[in-house]
Amino acid sequence: MIIELLIAFTFIAALTIFAVPNRVAGRLAAIASAIPILGSLWMWAQYDATGNALLGGSIAYETDVIWLTLGGLELHWFVGVDGISLPLVVLTTILTMLAIVSAWTPIDERQSQFYGLMLFMEANLLGVFTALDFFVWFIFWEAVLVPMYFLIGVWGGPNRRYAAIKFFVYTNIASLAMFIGFIALVFGLGSSVSSMRLPEITQALRAGSLTAFGGIDAATLKLVAFIAMFVGFAVKVPVAPLHTWLPDAHVEAPTPVSVMLAGVLLKMGTYALLRYNFTMMPDVAIDLVIPIASIAVISVIYGALLALAQQDLKRIIAYSSVSSMGYVILGLIAYTTYGVGGATFQMVAHGLISGLMFMSVGVIYNITHTRMVGDMSGIADRMPVTAGIFIAGAFGYMGLPLMAGFAGEFFIFKGAFASTVHTAMPLFTAAAMFGIVIVAGYLLFAMQRTLFGPFSFDGEYEITTAAMHDIAPLAVLLALVIALGVAPDLFFGMIQEAVTPILTGGGV
Amino acid sequence: MPASTFSMIDIIILQSQSGLPSGILVLTPVILLAATGLILLLIDTIFTEVSSDSLLAGVSAIGSLLAFGITGWFLISGLGQPQTGGAITLYGDALVVDGLSLFFMLIFTIVTTMVAVASYDYISAQQYKAEFYSLILFAATGMALMSMSNSLATAFVSLELASLPSYALVSFLKDDQSSIEAGLKYLLIGALSSAVFVFGISLVYAATGSLLLSDIAKSVAETELIGVLGIGILMIAGGFAFKTASVPFHFWAPEAYEGAPAPISAFLSSASKAAGFAVAFRVFVEAFPLGSLPVGVDWVLAFQVLAVATMTLGNFAAATQETVKRMLAYSSIGHAGYALIGLAALSAGGPNGDVLGASMAHLFVYGFMNTGAFLFIALVEHWGVGRTFEDYNGLVTRAPIAVVAMTVFLFSLAGLPPFGGFVSKYALFYSAIESGFWWLAAVGAVNSALSLFYYSRVIRAMWIESPTQDLSALDSRPIGLYAAVLFAGVGTLILLPAFGPVVETAQTVAAALF
Repeated sequence: MIIELLIAFTFIAALTIFAVPNRVAGRLAAIASAIPILGSLWMWAQYDATGNALLGGSIAYETDVIWLTLGGLELHWFVGVDGISLPLVVLTTILTMLAIVSAWTPIDERQSQFYGLMLFMEANLLGVFTALDFFVWFIFWEAVLVPMYFLIGVWGGPNRRYAAIKFFVYTNIASLAMFIGFIALVFGLGSSVSSMRLPEITQALRAGSLTAFGGIDAATLKLVAFIAMFVGFAVKVPVAPLHTWLPDAHVEAPTPVSVMLAGVLLKMGTYALLRYNFTMMPDVAIDLVIPIASIAVISVIYGALLALAQQDLKRIIAYSSVSSMGYVILGLIAYTTYGVGGATFQMVAHGLISGLMFMSVGVIYNITHTRMVGDMSGIADRMPVTAGIFIAGAFGYMGLPLMAGFAGEFFIFKGAFASTVHTAMPLFTAAAMFGIVIVAGYLLFAMQRTLFGPFSFDGEYEITTAAMHDIAPLAVLLALVIALGVAPDLFFGMIQEAVTPILTGGGV
Repeated sequence: MPASTFSMIDIIILQSQSGLPSGILVLTPVILLAATGLILLLIDTIFTEVSSDSLLAGVSAIGSLLAFGITGWFLISGLGQPQTGGAITLYGDALVVDGLSLFFMLIFTIVTTMVAVASYDYISAQQYKAEFYSLILFAATGMALMSMSNSLATAFVSLELASLPSYALVSFLKDDQSSIEAGLKYLLIGALSSAVFVFGISLVYAATGSLLLSDIAKSVAETELIGVLGIGILMIAGGFAFKTASVPFHFWAPEAYEGAPAPISAFLSSASKAAGFAVAFRVFVEAFPLGSLPVGVDWVLAFQVLAVATMTLGNFAAATQETVKRMLAYSSIGHAGYALIGLAALSAGGPNGDVLGASMAHLFVYGFMNTGAFLFIALVEHWGVGRTFEDYNGLVTRAPIAVVAMTVFLFSLAGLPPFGGFVSKYALFYSAIESGFWWLAAVGAVNSALSLFYYSRVIRAMWIESPTQDLSALDSRPIGLYAAVLFAGVGTLILLPAFGPVVETAQTVAAALF
């Protein structure tokens, strides 16, 4: 019941904020977005489920009612969380509120529409991470795109129209590919499933109930569906070479929207990969270990190299997200507790850290009105607190021990080295580790040029310290990053419990 | 059985089976629509001096809403459906009241209500308001009778009853050149297609010796005039193509929808189109049953060609338009193509009730989203903003609520979640695959994906572009238009979670036909 309450409250809050006057919208939205945080923290504190929701584990806060029947196949309103989805729900609620607060300064027109859309997006994101029926999940999944399109298109930078439509078209085509792949699987399962509930479909697939459909034999159907869904989700993640929408979207999007995009929307892709491809069809994933691990390593290295070549601070972080998501894919394909668990942990960690980085850049941009590395130097002199948090966040990104990024990457590397899915896995892992060196390179380089050295700034704006309400979200995020780094077990325990059945049950 | 256990519905059913005045209660919704039309004329003759805008609009809206309520009550209580003794036929089997006709009457009456409420503001500056409203209600009466037609003769007469007021309504703006031109074009093509239709009826009569659908069904198998029958069926299909604005009789639609007053465009493209489908579904399923047709008379194939041609042509033409209303007109042709899947995916012994019902459910959702979209155009015309995409730039800055509603309609028409149009299209394509016609579903899905391109042009203009003109006219809030647009918007949203009962009812009543 708590899940429905949270989603319904957020929808109603979105509608309300949409209708209030512009000048109070930001404050009201921040207050409204605090309620889902309380709800998700309560869910976290009271969490008592074990195992994986898709593989017969117990599901927390579960609701399962029949919605409609179509041609003998039931569609259910089926929601609930397990150790994989709950951390992402908490991440979504926290990051949304912080993004809303960080929008107070930069968003200076049509505020009520902006905050209404942010909350509308939050409601749908909560739906994505809690839905356990494919149809309900897909509706939320698609519905996230609509507010994102407007948020980039209306409040974005000079090239916002192009960026918004590119994002929209890319991700919609990807969704169509994924949808067709999944529906083909459902038809292939035939009468062995009676509904679109994910646990039922997962267990039927892992039990080998897939039959030929439309003249395509079961093995080929499974392979084609796996690839269609992998490509569909990979666009969202994104992995090289499907990442080209991301830098455009990030550069044009206003900072709070970048925070949501990097912090939560990219995690939709990795979450879906884990839930669908890697949980439902582990046998196909392991058959394809070489291509998938290669994609992961290429994303890590190529994304980091692209980041190295950028001058725009936002572009640097955007490309480095591609690199970080490569680690997640590597962890998933490792099929070890630490690999898959670490990948899930990294989703949360990267959500917090990339949010922190984008927000820091946003605070600097609010003051200087530029994001170009060459346009400024010695900013730390005038904005010591912002610069300090930015540096701390950057070290988190590089994987400094006792920060969340270290824990996530360490788990992934540990899991990937120990992986037995292929003898070459240690080689892939070793190659991916070079990514860390490049990350340190571009982040230190960018910081050295912008923050340190003698103060110089060409623009006509006066450089002063940022407002309290701009600094506060940064401080909260930094505290969370450190907390998760010191005590990863806040989430890692439940994550481990939820990922273990993926590795032991069924075909692996 | 003691009399006290009889419910209202039992009494109505019993009354329809007894003698005089035969079946009058079963027809309450239709009679209500016709009576409202007459009352409107009466009001006009009594209150000649005072301005009676709100009275006229109110009476029309209440009359059609009441008809909607009674129809819904009949449908829910099972009137004319298997659980209460099956379809009720009246007047020598000329009319039939069953689940299918009641379901379609729900669409006509709710669309009529929305159009009547919206017209309150739209025609406030015009003369002859009473005539306008009563013509709408007479057309709605014709549509209701179309959905009840159980013989080709009543099908033809009720089709004319629905069409004749429509011709007058399209050219209602007498000072507007394009309205007159649209009316003329509509009338001429309507007359042509009526001739084709009635000629087709005569050929079928020649081949089978009857006009009653059930009698035709009995004799099609034995007829020796297979060629005559085939041509007759094809010509009847042509008559329906006109009414539903499908290829090859679609080309009146863009002109008529663009030239007509926008509420009338909404009325024609939602209710009138649905009426065409209602009678087409019944005639083809009842009179020409798939199992017993002679070899060589394959109307399913004809509808497959029409469906693919209609959706593809509608979508591609819509993508090249410069004015929003004309784009919506072509999109309405595209949607006729989707609905045709209901006939195109039938097969002897297949899950026919599912796919036909899915098509009906799509028309139901379409009744809300398409009416809403055209009524938003009416709102924009009322404000005096222009017709092209550029004229819609920045509307959200002045009228955010109405623009949100329009955004809902357009995304829903494109079949994007989380709106009613997504789940109804999904149900339609899914049941087409289930029936073995995966290629029809594939063509539909590709068309549907392409349609996002032209719908999103409007959305981009309204939301993202800066206003190019003075939009201070948008500060007025015409109450009727706003109410109708918001009602349609809420309906489009509610039909996502509430789609279950709609599609299940539609599939049940459709299955009763086979």
